[in-house]
Order: sequence, then structure tokens, then C-alpha cells
Amino acid sequence: MKRFKMLALLLVSAMMTVALCGCGGDKTEGGSSKITIGIPQDLDCLDPHTAVAAGTKEILFNIYEGLMKTDSDGNLFPAVAESYSVSDDGLTYRFTLRDKVKFHNDQTVTADDVLYCIKRNADDGTGNALISAFLNIVDYYAEGKDIVIVLSEPNPDFLQSMTMAITPKDKTDLDTDPVGTGPYKFVSRSPQENVILKRFDAYWGEKANIEDVTLKICSNADSIVIDLKAGAVDTFCRIRTSQVMQLQGSDFAILEGTMNLVQAMYLNNAVKPFDDVRVRQALSYAVDADEIIDLSFDGKGTKLGSSMFPAFGKYYIPETADVYNQDLDKAKALLAEAGYPNGFSFAIKVPSNYQPHIDTAQVVVEQLKKVGVTATIELIEWDSWLSDVYSGRDFEATMVGVDASNMTARAMLERFVSTSSKNFINFSNAEYDEKFAAAIASVDVDEQTKYYKECEWILTNDAANVYIQDLAEFVALRNNYTGYEFYPIYVMDIAKIKPVK
Amino acid sequence: MKYVIKKVTTMIITLFFVSVLVFFSFSLIPGNPAISKLGTEATPERIAALEHEMGLDRPLLERFGNWILGVVRGDFGTSYSYSQSVTGLLAEKIGTTLLLSVMAIIICVIIAIPLGIFMARKSDSKLDIILSGANQLIMAVPSFFSGILITLIFGIVFRLFTPGLFVSYHTNFFKCIGYLFFPAFSIALPKISMVSKLLKDNVLKESEKEYVRTAYSRGNATKTVFYKHVLGNALIPVITFLGMTFADIIAGSIIVEQVFSIPGLGRILLTSISGRDYPVIEAIILLLAFFVVLSNLIVDLLYHKFDPRIHV
Repeated sequence: MKRFKMLALLLVSAMMTVALCGCGGDKTEGGSSKITIGIPQDLDCLDPHTAVAAGTKEILFNIYEGLMKTDSDGNLFPAVAESYSVSDDGLTYRFTLRDKVKFHNDQTVTADDVLYCIKRNADDGTGNALISAFLNIVDYYAEGKDIVIVLSEPNPDFLQSMTMAITPKDKTDLDTDPVGTGPYKFVSRSPQENVILKRFDAYWGEKANIEDVTLKICSNADSIVIDLKAGAVDTFCRIRTSQVMQLQGSDFAILEGTMNLVQAMYLNNAVKPFDDVRVRQALSYAVDADEIIDLSFDGKGTKLGSSMFPAFGKYYIPETADVYNQDLDKAKALLAEAGYPNGFSFAIKVPSNYQPHIDTAQVVVEQLKKVGVTATIELIEWDSWLSDVYSGRDFEATMVGVDASNMTARAMLERFVSTSSKNFINFSNAEYDEKFAAAIASVDVDEQTKYYKECEWILTNDAANVYIQDLAEFVALRNNYTGYEFYPIYVMDIAKIKPVK
Repeated sequence: MKYVIKKVTTMIITLFFVSVLVFFSFSLIPGNPAISKLGTEATPERIAALEHEMGLDRPLLERFGNWILGVVRGDFGTSYSYSQSVTGLLAEKIGTTLLLSVMAIIICVIIAIPLGIFMARKSDSKLDIILSGANQLIMAVPSFFSGILITLIFGIVFRLFTPGLFVSYHTNFFKCIGYLFFPAFSIALPKISMVSKLLKDNVLKESEKEYVRTAYSRGNATKTVFYKHVLGNALIPVITFLGMTFADIIAGSIIVEQVFSIPGLGRILLTSISGRDYPVIEAIILLLAFFVVLSNLIVDLLYHKFDPRIHV
């Protein structure tokens, strides 16, 4: 027994020693050429052409590039291409490849690689295109260093789709071995733990500032403040309003941007009573977005009135937000007119993993009570949301944010065309379909913008959804780093972050 | 030997039932891995194509047959979300969770047994009353809560470890042990109270038995009687308890992993369930069931060794 006691003591003390030693060297060194970035979920796919989650695309932006690339103002500039030209009829695009752009595996980008990627995205094997704008391509071929793409009809948005990632020809295992041309190259990943990137020193453009990047998956939103304060993570991009307060006065700069999405109570326009435009308008009059922003988001957020957010610049119409300022009498009158003088009840399905939407839904429920409408919140798993609400369209109302996959108004507005497979709210308006088709067909940018704006007004006037806000986004960045830039789409440009000298 | 064969057979049958249950329960709940993977980009054609690729368009029984055949050969299939073999994906996570669990049980044993003996020998003293009271309290605190307190006290205030900065045992084994010490301790904490209390009660109960008086009357010293006779008998129920606890500890570590941001089986289990990554979920649950059954088997065998009354 004596021996057992001794052994026990030894073991405990050994463990303690190791435990204490293990911690010494872990403090992040100031200004070092490495950074640990916390991300809220693991990447769903490393293949840029098939990845869908916004949280994945914002990271893949650092690994892959297209012929064109988006800058932080949302404008396009040539990346893998050195220059481009468009024929006067808007049908023929000619891209000239930049000299000696290297892939991470040291191969040089050739026209064949580009043609392969166009082919891969133009047909996903089921007769569909991964990029819908590519359905328009009638011919594409290489002429020396030039790639020529011929469209069947002009499309002013076409350049946006050329941000498509360029990957080596016939490389099919991108999901496990990503190779692109971006400022960072992939080193390794450990599912649910981290993704490790390294600066690509043969990058054609301005090289990244920080050499080693660890993307650490912090799926437990409640421990993020601790992870930041303890030094396990240097920056995190989805800080909640309540966490902002916990971090104030510590070693972090809190940067404020917008999430670039349209948060709304999306209504299933095909089910009763939401098939009646008066009911939808009544709900819009009953809900006060300003109060939601004040109560749940500390006053940070931009009130919206249609499916478009401010980052879109010329397409965004601020006036739409003022159409349905809270007016309870009007709401009650509209409900009575629609045959619901005593209100009705319905369920709002909210994905349980998105706290901001839950918070918003809670305020909405209270606001609707004032006009006699009883709403109940039904929390569902994200996966069930995708299969039941989004694909199955089996819902009455749902509180989510809808974002844009690229900087085209089409990305926001196409889903409300009555025949679109993405039209999960079953919005159906012949005039809308017409205007949208006209927008797609127009060659002139101003004319196209006009049609898109008309589409947005239809969504507002028809009260397609109860529009709420574009959420504010907070980024916590440790004081010894700087240079974080917000983009109008989901992008985290790690190359711009630099240590403070 | 016959006993062992019998036990192993029961174990295999149990595992088979678990696998049936796991496989078919996931075909009943809503959600679909193809839709989950395609997200908002899903179109009916793409869903159908991906389902075909994943083999989900085949009849359920055929899928089950293929899967179970693979499992028998040690092939758990390919993860939908990570396009990697499940075996490769889970190997490291299992290591982490097992390391955490084993550390927890070691900490539990080396603290609880001496503590139990100490409390039994000092029974009814003031110290014992204080210790018993503390024991009751600790027993009632779930490990995820004590985990939060430990993070706060040792991580933030005393900075003995950096919360969230887990290092894989591949990268640095000692750093890994160092990080896992605190979570293991918080898992072990309620178990320590239970085990030490159980041991104390058993020792006291055994001390009143007649063979103890006989041992004394034969002129044995108190220490000899205590360690040679009483403790041996008092330990038998403790071993059973520890065996059951091990299963509990593995389950508990899945929760504590969340508190300490440890990328073990727990986190991948949660994300696989929400992403409907069937091959991964099935493999993890089968593994957990395997650990539970295995620990029960080991207890049975140990029991058998310690207590000659249990016959072959």
C-alpha cells in the first residue's frame, strides 16, 4: 500500500508538472508572423466549385482566385487574367492570361486549365451549370494566351461569374488537396479542429503579410470570449453584441461592419393566410424593425425594406425601408379587410444555430401580439431547415438571413422569379417575372439597374416578406494586428491583415 | 475460458443490435445528407445526383448490408462532409477522447482510493464530517459546470493553461497531456466523491463483519487486518463501480470537450449529426457502444479475478 501511495503521488505530481510546463510557451508573441483566426464552423468542402457554405467561401477566397477578383469595394479587377476586353455587342469576352501565374503546386497556369474550369462549371453532370450565367455560353476556346468566351445573349453581369476559381486541369481531388493561385496555400486540416494555411511566396501579386495562419474552429459560441481573452485565438469575425461588451477595454479592437444579408421574416406566399397580400402588408405594418434593432442589437443594424442591402450600392433603394413604418391601426384595418379581424396564429421556424434570428423572432412575436396575431417560434436544426423549409417549402414563416453569392443584383433577386428552384417563399408575380427577364436581357447597365430596382419595389409593395435589417457584424482583432478589411460579400481577406510594428 | 467466450459472444450480439438501431433510426429522422451538403444551392437534379453518388438511392436493406459487411472488414466508409475515410478521420479523435477518459479515470483512482481509506480511518472525526460534506456537494455538481469554473479559475485567473489552445498529441504529447489535465480533472471530480464515499462505506461495513474480529483475535495488528482483509473485500464493489463509471466518463468527456474546446469525438459527433454525415455518426456510436461493452467485459473479468466465489 505504501508503494501504491508513492506511485499515486508521483503520478499526480508528474501530471501537474506537465500541465504547468505545457502552458508556459503558449502566449502569443506580439507582432509575430503568425495568426490564429477563429471561425464559427468547419469548412464544408475545399473544392471551390462545389463549396456552398458562405463560411467556407470566405476562407477559400484566400486559396483560390479567378480570372477576375473582387476588391473590398466590390469592384472587379483582373487577377489570373492580366486584362480583358468585351466586344461592342457584349457577346464576346477576351481574357489575356497573366504571365507566369503559379499554382501552389508550382505548375504555371495555362489556358487549358481555364478551359477545364469553365467546362466543369458549365455542366455539373446533370445538365445543369454550377454557375447559372454559364448556361449562356455558346463557345469558348483558347487563342495562345487568350481565352475567348462567346455568349448567346449579352449579360452585363457576366464578368462577376469570372471570379470562378481557376484550378489545375483534371485535378479532381481538390476537396482533400486544394490547389489554387491565391496568396495562401493549403497545408493541412484536421476536421473540427483547424485548417492550416501558409503564405504562398510565389504569388503573382502583393504577397500576404503574415506567414502562418491557423484557422481554428470555435464551434462553441459561448467560449469565444474566453478563447480570445486567454490568447488561444487572435481574431474572430462573428462577435455578438453581448460579447462586444465583454471584450471592451481588453486587448482587442472591435471593428464594425455589416453582415451583408437580408434578415427578414420570410413568408410562404403560397399558404393561407400569407397568400393574401393584405395580410403580408398588415404584418409588415405591425413589425417595427427599429425597435428590434434597438432592443436586440444595441441599435446596430440597417433597416431594410426589400431584398437588397446597402453594400450593393447602385441597386440598393434606401426608401423601401420607410414604406412600412409601424402603423398598428393600418395593420388592424388590413387584417379586418382580409377577413381576419380577430387575427390568426402561425409558426415561425427559426434555425436554432443562429442566435440573432432567434432574438429577432422573439421581438417580432411580441410586436405581432399588438395586432392580435399569435406567432409561435419553432426552433429547428439547420439541416432540417434546409430540407423542410428551403427545399421542401413546408413552412408558414421563417426567420433567416439571405445573402448574395456574388456582387450581382441577380444573385439577390433571381430567387423570387416564380419558376426559380430557389424561390422557397413561393413568390409569384407575373410583373416581377417580366421585369426580371427584362433586366437579364438588357445590355445597358443603366437600363438593367432600372429594371432591377423595379423588381425590388414589387417585392416591397407586395410585402413579399417582412423585411427587417442587414445585421451589424463585429470583428474582434487583437491589438497587435491591423489591416482587417470588410468586403461587401462574404470574404475574409487574410492577406491584408498585418502585425503592428 | 468458456466464461470469456460467452461474454464476448454477448458483446458481439449487443453491438449488432446497436448497429441496427443506429442505422435505421437515422433513416427515420428528417434531414438528408445530400440536401445538407448542397445547402441553399440545392436543385432537385443536383440532390438526385449527389444521392446517387452517396449511394442513398439504394434500398435501405441493401445499404445496411453493404455497411455492415464493410464494418466487419474494418471499413466504415467515407465521410460525406470530409471526403475522407471514416477510419482515418476518427483515428485521432478517438485517441484524444480515450486519452482524456483514461486520464480522468487515473486521476479518479489515485485520488479517490487513498481519500476513501483516509476517510474510513478517520470516520466520525471533525475532518471526516467536513470531507463528507464537501463530497456531497462535489457529487452534485455536473462536470461541465465544474469545467467552466476550472477554466475561469485556472485558465483566466491563474493562467495555468490557455483555454481553447488545445495541442494535438501528435504535435506535442506532453503539451497535450498538460492541456487535458484540467478537463480530465473536472470529469474526475464528481467521480472522486462517489468512489471515495463508496469505499469509505464499504470499509466501515466490512470492519464490522465477524471475520475481522477473528482476524484481530488471532493477534494481527490493526494495519495488517485493515490492508490484508478489510480493504480487499471493500474494493470489489468499487471496481464494479469504476467499470460502470468508465462508460459514464467517456460519455461525460463528450460534453466536457465542448467546454474546453477539445476536438475529440464529441465535437465531430455533434457536427456529424447536424450535417447528417451518416457514416461518421454510425461509426462513432458503434465505437462508443464498443467501449461501454468492453469496459463491462473487463470489469466482469476483474471481478472474477478478485472474487473467487464467482465461478467459471
